[in-house]
Amino acid sequence: MKICDTLFDPFAEIQSFQQQLALQGKFGATSIFIGTMRDFNEGDDVQAMMLEHYEGMTQKQLCKIIESAKSQWQILDCLIVHRVGEILPNEPIVLVCVWSAHRSEAFEACRYLMEELKANAPFWKLEKLATSEKRWVSKNH
Amino acid sequence: MIYLRYFASLRETLGHSTAELQIFEPQTVLDVWQLANPDVPLPENTLAAVNMDYVPLSHPVKNCDEVAFFPPVTGG
Repeated sequence: MKICDTLFDPFAEIQSFQQQLALQGKFGATSIFIGTMRDFNEGDDVQAMMLEHYEGMTQKQLCKIIESAKSQWQILDCLIVHRVGEILPNEPIVLVCVWSAHRSEAFEACRYLMEELKANAPFWKLEKLATSEKRWVSKNH
Repeated sequence: MIYLRYFASLRETLGHSTAELQIFEPQTVLDVWQLANPDVPLPENTLAAVNMDYVPLSHPVKNCDEVAFFPPVTGG
């Protein structure tokens, strides 16, 4: 798991993680979710976003979510990368990637990790609109 | 002493992100909010954590705990 305060390349993260020895020859399925910043929300144009988090609690909650996924599905490994700080449209916000022997575990665990992250990881988004108004995001779509 | 943390819109409302508070046990998380912010009602939907784990507002607080208050999370 990684919390990044600068732009990250989700595909490079996946490739780098996947090269670890423990996965070699063992995985038959890789399921990937990438969340990307839009330039619109709630009918308004959005210029940028500031992502705040609770350092320490974020990592603690993500560890719990990962342990919970590992107890429910036979997954070989997983990777979560989440951006914090100032983010611009088109930049990746979150990466969730799961490796398993077969596809169903990878699909289900990836969905579970992402939904649990959204529900429990302490991140908050402050949008900067095209009008320069700042607005806390309140709907967790 | 307990250590208070506030995040996001709640931090902006209060004008600070941290505070310290001397408490005399037993106190709950809600008691701590009221002692620390006597003039500010706890906003609806506020979440609380003690030592970085989610807790209900009725959760007891001990000396040296880190108690955090924040609005619903919006990550991902």
